[in-house]
Formats: sequence, structure tokens, C-alpha cells
Amino acid sequence: MSDRLSVLKTYKLYVGGKFPRSESGRVYEVTDSKDRWLANAPLASRKDARDAVVAARKAFGGWSGATAYNRGQILYRVAEMLEGRRDQFVAEVADAEGCSKAKAAAQVDAAIDRWVWYAGWSDKVAQIAGGANPVAGPYFNMSAPEPTGVVAVLAPQESSFLGLVSVVAPAIVTGNTVVVVAAQDAPLPALSLAEVLATSDLPGGVVNLLSGRTAELGAPLAAHQDVNAIDLAGADAGLAKDLETAAADNLKRVLRPGAVDWSAAPGTERLLSFLETKTVWHPMGV
Amino acid sequence: MPITVPAYGKEAAGRLASMADVTADDGALRRFLHGLPGVDAVGLEARAATLGTRSIKTTAKAYAIDLSISMIDLTTLEGADTQGKVRALCAKGSNPDPTDRTAPKVAAICVYPDMVATAKEALRNGGAPEIHVASVATAFPAGRAALPVKLADTRDAVAAGADEIDMVIDRGAFLSGRYMAVFEEIKAVKEACARPDGSAAHLKVIFETGELQTYDNVRRVSWLAMLAGADFIKTSTGKVAVNATPPVTLLMLEAVRDFHAATGVQVGVKPAGGIRTTKDALKYLVMVNETLGEPWLTADWFRFGASSLLNDLLMQRQKLSTGRYSGPDYVTVD
Amino acid sequence: MTFDYAPAPESRAVVDIAPSYGLFIDGEFAPASDGKVFKTVSPSSEESLSEVAQASAEDVDRAVKAARKAFEKWSALPGAERAKYLFRIARIIQERSRELAVLESLDNGKPIRESRDADLPLVAAHFFYYAGWADKLDHAGYGPNPRPLGVAGQVIPWNFPLLMLAWKIAPALATGNTVVLKPAETTPLSALFFADICRQAGLPKGVVNILTGDGSTGAALVGHPDINKVAFTGSTEVGKAIARTVAGTDKRVTLELGGKAANIVFDDAPIDQAVEGIVNGIFFNQGHVCCAGSRLLVQESVQDELLEALKRRMRTLRVGDPLDKNTDVGAINSAEQLARITALADAGEAEGAERWAPDCELPGSGYWFAPTLFTGVTQAHRIAREEIFGPVLSVLTFRTPAEAVEKANNTPYGLSAGIWTEKGSRMLWMASKLRAGVIWSNTFNKFDPASPFGGYKESGFGREGGRHGLEAYLNV
Repeated sequence: MSDRLSVLKTYKLYVGGKFPRSESGRVYEVTDSKDRWLANAPLASRKDARDAVVAARKAFGGWSGATAYNRGQILYRVAEMLEGRRDQFVAEVADAEGCSKAKAAAQVDAAIDRWVWYAGWSDKVAQIAGGANPVAGPYFNMSAPEPTGVVAVLAPQESSFLGLVSVVAPAIVTGNTVVVVAAQDAPLPALSLAEVLATSDLPGGVVNLLSGRTAELGAPLAAHQDVNAIDLAGADAGLAKDLETAAADNLKRVLRPGAVDWSAAPGTERLLSFLETKTVWHPMGV
Repeated sequence: MPITVPAYGKEAAGRLASMADVTADDGALRRFLHGLPGVDAVGLEARAATLGTRSIKTTAKAYAIDLSISMIDLTTLEGADTQGKVRALCAKGSNPDPTDRTAPKVAAICVYPDMVATAKEALRNGGAPEIHVASVATAFPAGRAALPVKLADTRDAVAAGADEIDMVIDRGAFLSGRYMAVFEEIKAVKEACARPDGSAAHLKVIFETGELQTYDNVRRVSWLAMLAGADFIKTSTGKVAVNATPPVTLLMLEAVRDFHAATGVQVGVKPAGGIRTTKDALKYLVMVNETLGEPWLTADWFRFGASSLLNDLLMQRQKLSTGRYSGPDYVTVD
Repeated sequence: MTFDYAPAPESRAVVDIAPSYGLFIDGEFAPASDGKVFKTVSPSSEESLSEVAQASAEDVDRAVKAARKAFEKWSALPGAERAKYLFRIARIIQERSRELAVLESLDNGKPIRESRDADLPLVAAHFFYYAGWADKLDHAGYGPNPRPLGVAGQVIPWNFPLLMLAWKIAPALATGNTVVLKPAETTPLSALFFADICRQAGLPKGVVNILTGDGSTGAALVGHPDINKVAFTGSTEVGKAIARTVAGTDKRVTLELGGKAANIVFDDAPIDQAVEGIVNGIFFNQGHVCCAGSRLLVQESVQDELLEALKRRMRTLRVGDPLDKNTDVGAINSAEQLARITALADAGEAEGAERWAPDCELPGSGYWFAPTLFTGVTQAHRIAREEIFGPVLSVLTFRTPAEAVEKANNTPYGLSAGIWTEKGSRMLWMASKLRAGVIWSNTFNKFDPASPFGGYKESGFGREGGRHGLEAYLNV
């Protein structure tokens, strides 16, 4: 064994394309399943959540206005970059979840393929969720889906990486921007994913990642008047009820938590959850 | 097609008189401007982008670089301007590349009215009296002053020796549909450009296209200004978020082309603000070349309102003559 | 001194063309069974670029067998895995796009500006788009688990060699079919380079087979008893012959054939953009476009103004070396095609239409035809009825929207049409009345992988592109 002392990584938040520490200056200890110290993760605060919403809102215009083709290419690029760092993520997921390398590898492979799956949806979702409407009159009438806006995402607690990717990708591929709260006890794969996102041509602010207490961060996000939707995947039943109640204040779209097998084919539920349908009428006549 | 006359010449007034019916009153002017063909934004932008793919190399590039330098209105329009700054700019414009005397001089030095006399003197003393002095006027850049103030501003600059006046239109009036007010104001400023000897400073009319927003507005205001007697139409002050863009300039070139076809009056075009690289400048020259052609490819009829563009042109010029890339340490900063 | 653009040639060094190419069957290049070859020339110089194999009926049989063998595994592969092959192909095309653009311009004669800025980006985008469908077929609206057809025999034209290959191969592979593709006789090279891209992507052997050859090869492929699907893009005449060949068999067919599109300009059109659209509609790719806006229908009240503007614009078109980055109009693809264009243009004059072309110097060698405009054309003229497939525009006039519709629809074709007006309700009314598969309004010749393309009437049937394009390769 080498005598060389390894260099440890300082894990940071990912907000607006930059990697800040928590404004609160707080960190919390992240351990593996055998309680061995892995790293100190930032314990993000309400103010970090607020900053992340500002960054997500700022990025929304450009990201939702980008062509679907462009968004698809960028999501595919994420898959390419992730493939190149596969070993790193296998190790992090194995540590985070206390599973074997083989099981971790299966999760990472599935996560990479999930980016590819959603990349392909970018320019197809409108073709299954929109269309021409044969109204009874001389009108051209067409409906098309548009992104809801800024989506707060509480990432699943039980699947630190595959679960995370499975909730982030479907929200952003259609043009939403997100503020993600990583799995509370296993935030490191999420924080490392930020490094991949930052080098995949994804504009800063499209994905903002926070580590910390889900309940502490979920509350201000659910109540935030400039957040348009919330995915409660990572909330337990009690928290979910409270957050859904708070979300009602500005009628956020709420995706409730449920038992999800993150390794199964995802279907289109999450993809279609954060879309608004816009219908356009125009007369036809000489 | 009528015989070509310059917008600043005596004959132009007669040609404009032939269009007097469309400027007879507010209603007529409005009907005329709104009767102009619409502009499809996507198509216009696509055309400008395609022209931007022209590849200008070797001899054509050398020609275009020198032509671009000779078309620059070298500009300083800062609150912090001093006589020293203006003198330095005049020296730069007279002798852009001290290491290469074959570099052409710029077309004009563009300053605020209170610096006109300084610039005139500096150019005369520097042996480059042929370089024009252009002065912004009419409460540049916002244009938010009463007409008498704007006219006094203009007369002051002309009296100080300005060869050219760059006025701003009243965008508020234009956007609220008071076209006649804008028209009359341009006419009044044009009259204020007259000198006692019967000659006149040439009038450039700045639209601030970034504030007018739509291409339909740009086409309308281009016609409005030309009907009112503009010698040049100019995109921008350089003081707002969106300044000259290729599609806006292309549209103005098309308006000049159509106005010329209708009246025979030749009007110049000046994109200003945001043009910083040789590559940009060449794209504009390509647009002029393929929209208006040879007669407009001179400093008399096309200008760049710019400051940092000059050094990039000079570096590219050095690259063409030496074969190696130049750097900012090999051009002067003034 | 004038502002003349100096020559700005794209470097040929970026592409390395071998002196000869075999047939790409089962992942290997091999000579034709009978050893026959033919030359492919650059239409802009008549220089011979390479020698390619002339596939025989025996070679067709071998290729179909290879495709049949590969079909079993390829169709059984999870969609997500097929998707990743196609994404790889899309990425490699993006990486090698300049090389392929130069190759395309050399072999086809089209300007590098178009092969670089239109053909190649669309080729890559098409693979990218259909890659994304491969694992989503359950969601495509054709019921659960739709199945592929089997082996597709695909025959493509010379006007967009690589783009037409992409339109054929990408949806076929995404849906789980394997293919035998025959590129056009005059433009075989980019398809052979595509074979190398399949190799780089690690595509299983036999999934894509490329057979070069002439019409006899195409006929052998279409007539082969073990193909399940015929996809053809080309002339209406050959399309009809194919329809007869497959009669009484189980083969599925899609045909993308000729056109004689009306480009209709109303007096309230955005004139400058309409002029650009007319130019793009008929002079893009030398007019070698099945959906070209070859009939300009202009409202009489704006005719003079529009034609003057159009002529002025045509004078600025730069005709010449396809590899010069400033060339707008390149070479006619073949001597044969040039002869056909010339004959039809002469017929236009003979029948009394007025011919006009800007002064432009055409190169000494190669096949060239100046951008040409005919005015005073009526529906009875041959140049108003027959597809010229060259840079020749026939101008007709109309007075009312109803007359425009009547004239536009008065053709056996129905591929595309253009409508230029600032009035949305009129545009939509016109669009609803026109019997054509693609309607462009205030634009022309726009293509996107997400958008279905294909014709009414004798312009063929089936759609390529978009969700609709999947249907042609699924057993639904």
C-alpha cells in the first residue's frame, strides 16, 4: 500500500452554476453504512434555498426557450460525461448506500441510461402530449405542452443517485429549472453529480443542488411564492402533508411521494407532471 | 429609376417634395408608414445570418479591412471625456497605426458638442483636417429635452465646427404613434444644421432600434427619417442594452435601397454600438455589398460607430502584412 | 477597386477518398460478385473521384440474407440499447461532419455552404431524433410493443445523398428493422463513408448493408422476395414501377416522389422575406429538390414589384465552385440531368414563356445551369406541369385566394406548397385548402426530424420524420 496521503474533496452546494459553501457556514457529517466518516457536507439553510430559487428563475427563460433539440443534446452530454466518471460514482454510491460494488454499478449504469432515455424525450413529449384539436368551427386549434417553471425537488432518500437522476432529468428535459434537495443522509453522489452537470453544457441555474435536512429546506421551498411546482419524492408522509398544505398557497403543482422502484422503466408520469398545456386558437378564412 | 442625388444635396429637397402627399398630415403619414410591407422577423434574421457566413479572405479581406478603417466614426461619448482624451482620439484617428503609415485614416471623430472645437483644432494641428468631426446632439442619448433646447444643442455644435450631427429621435413620440412630431423634429434639426455660408452639416438620425423593438418599427422609422431629410440613418446610441445588430442594419439597408428606388435620393447608413471585431465589420460590409452594392461602399455612405473596432482591424491588418498574429501590445490605446 | 470576394475554398484535404470501394455487406467491404465497377465523377469538374462496385442480383441476395440474419438479434435488442447505437452514430456524424460535407459537395456538386449548414446538421439531427424513439415505441401511439417489419430495401436519390440515407436508415433501425440501402448511381460515396461510421459505432454486422449500383440494382432489391419493406425516394415514374412490382406481395411500401410545388405570394406579403423564400425555394440545391417551389404564383397586384425585387436578388447569386464557401448555386448533378433541364427550359421558350437569367459566368468544365426565371407562364405550359428538378422558376399569376388554390392544386403532384401573407386567417384557410403534404408559410424548404414530410397524390405516400415516420417501419 502506498504511503501517499490522498487529497480529500470538499463537497459544496451547486447554485447558479457555481459551487458555494452554505451561506450559513454549517456542515454536517456524512458517514457510510458502517458509520465511518466520508465527508462534511454543507448543511444548507433557508437562505441557500432562496438563492437557489433565484438562480433557477433566472435560468428558466433561457432554458425553456432553448430548442428541444438543444436540450436533448445537453442531457445526452450529461450521460456521456457520467459514463466517463462511472467508477467514481460506483464508489460513491456503494459508500452512500452500503451496497456491493456490483449493485452500485448497476445503479450507476441505469442512471446513465436514464439520462439517455429522457434526452430522447425532449423533442417528442409535445408529440404525445399535444396535438391538433378538431373544434367545430373555422378555427385552427392546437395544444402544446410548456414547462411549468421552477420546480422544487426533494430527492428520494432511499436511492441517492439513481433516484436522484430519475427525478431531476424528467423535470428539466421539458424546460423546467429545478432546486433539488439531495437525500439527507447520502448527499455525496448528488453533490458530485453537480460536477458532471457543470461540465455538460447545461446552463448554470437549470439544476441547483442543496444538501441538508429535507424538512428544513422543504418548508421554505414549499411556501416560496416563486416556485411553481414541487416533487415530494423524498418526503415522508407527515412532511409531505405539511408541504402540500404549504404549497397550496400559490397552487403549486404537487407530485406526491409513493413507493417507486427506481430501477424499473420510468414511464412518462414524472415527465408529464410538470407541464402546462397551452391551447392556441386562430380563425381560418380569406 | 430616377437619377441618383445625394441626400445632402440641393436636388434632394425637390425629390422629397414629390413625396409631400404622404407627409401632408399625421393621418397621411401614418397610412403610408403602416402601408409599407411587413417584415418577417425569422426570415430577416435568417438572411442576415446567411450573409454572415460569407468568407472574406486574402485580397478581399485586405481591401475590406482598409475600407472598414476608413469608415469608422471613432467615438468617445463619456461623461468623463476631457480635452486630453479627445486630442488623443484625434491623433489615433489621424494615424491609426504608428508602425505602418499606409493604414488609412478614420472617417470622423465623434464627440459631444462641447468637444467639437477641441477636436477640430486637434485634427487641424495634427495635419488631418479632412477627418470630419461628428457631434451628437439633441440631448443625446435620451433625447428628452424640449425642442428649442435640442435645436440650440445642434446649432451650438455646428457653430463650433461640426461637420456632421448625430441626432436622436424622440422614441417616446414614435412609440406612441405621434409620427408627425418625430418627422417635424427631424426637419427642424436638419434646418438647424445649416451654416451661414449656405452649406450644412450632414445629419445622421439615430433611431435607438433597441428601444423601438420591432422590425416593422425599424422599417417605418427609416422611411420617416428619410422623408424628413436624413442624410444618414443610424441604428443606436451605444448607450442601451441592444445596439446595432446585423438584421436591424440589413433592414435599414433595404429601406435605403427602396427609398432610393422610389426617389433617387441616396442616404447613408451607420450601425453603431457593439461592433468590436474585424469579423463583425466584414459581415456588415458584405450586407452593404449585397443589398446596396458598390455605390454605398464608401465612407460617404456607410459608417461604423465604434471605438474598440479600430484596434482589432489594425491587428488583423498587421496579421495580413506580417503573416503572424498580432497582440494588443502592438496597437496603441487612446 | 471593388469588393470582389477572393476565392475561399474549403479544404479538400479533410476527406480521403479511396481509389475504389466495394459493397458493404454483413459488415465487410467486398467486390461485386461479377467484378463490375463504375466511376463516380465530380459534377463540378467531371473529375473521376473513385470507382465503386456495381452490385448484381446475386449481391442483392447476399445483402438481404445478411440483413435477414442480423434482424433476429437486432430486433430482439432492448430499445434502449438500439437507441445508444443510434446516438453513437449521430455523434460520430457530428464529429465527422466537415469531412462528410466536403465529400457530399464533391460527389453531388452542391455548395459547401449548404452541405455544411443544411445537409449535415439535419443528418445528425435525424439520427439523434430517431435514437430517442427506439426505447419509446410503446408511447408512440401505435399500441403496446409495436413490432418491426423485418428487412427494409431502401433506394435513395442523388439530391441529398446522406440526408436521404438518414431519413431511411434512422427510423428503420430505431424500430428494429435491418436495411439494405442503395444510394444513387451518381452519388454513392457518402453512403460508403456511412458504412465506416457504422463500423466506428460498433453496429452489429448485417444491420446496415450498402449496395452501390444503377437502376438494375435497385430493381433487384425492390423485387427481392425476402424483403418486407420498400422505401423509395425518387421520380414518380420509378415510384409507379415499384408500386407495380410489389403488387400482390406482403411488402410494405412508402414512396416519396416528385413535386411541382406552388409558392403563393399575396400582395400583403413581407416582400423582402418572400423574395428570399422564393430564391431558397427554387435555387436551394440547384433546384434539385422534390419539394422545390418551382411554380411561383404571385398576386397580380404585386407582380411587378415582386419580380423586380426577385431579379435584383437573383443577380447577386454566386454560381460556381461548390467548395467555395461563398458559392450559392453549385453544379447540376449529372450530364443527364443537365440535358433534361435544358430541354424543358427550351420547351418553355418554345411554348411562349419569357425567359430571363442574370448574367453569370459559368465554369468551363462540369455541368452548369444558370438560375432561370420564366414569366408569362400558364398552367398549360410544360414548365408549369412537369418537374424540372433544376434551377428554373415558372411564374404564374392569380387574382383571388380561390384562384390561387385552384391553380396550386391543378397538378398530379401534391408534395408541398408555400403561402406568403401577413394575414394569419388567410394563411390557415389556404393551408386547409391546399392538397399537399407540407405547407410552409412565410418560409420555404424547412426540414426538421420532428416534422413529418411526404406527399399527397402522385408525390407518393407515407411520411418520413416525426412520430408519423415510425409507422412506415412498424407492423401496425
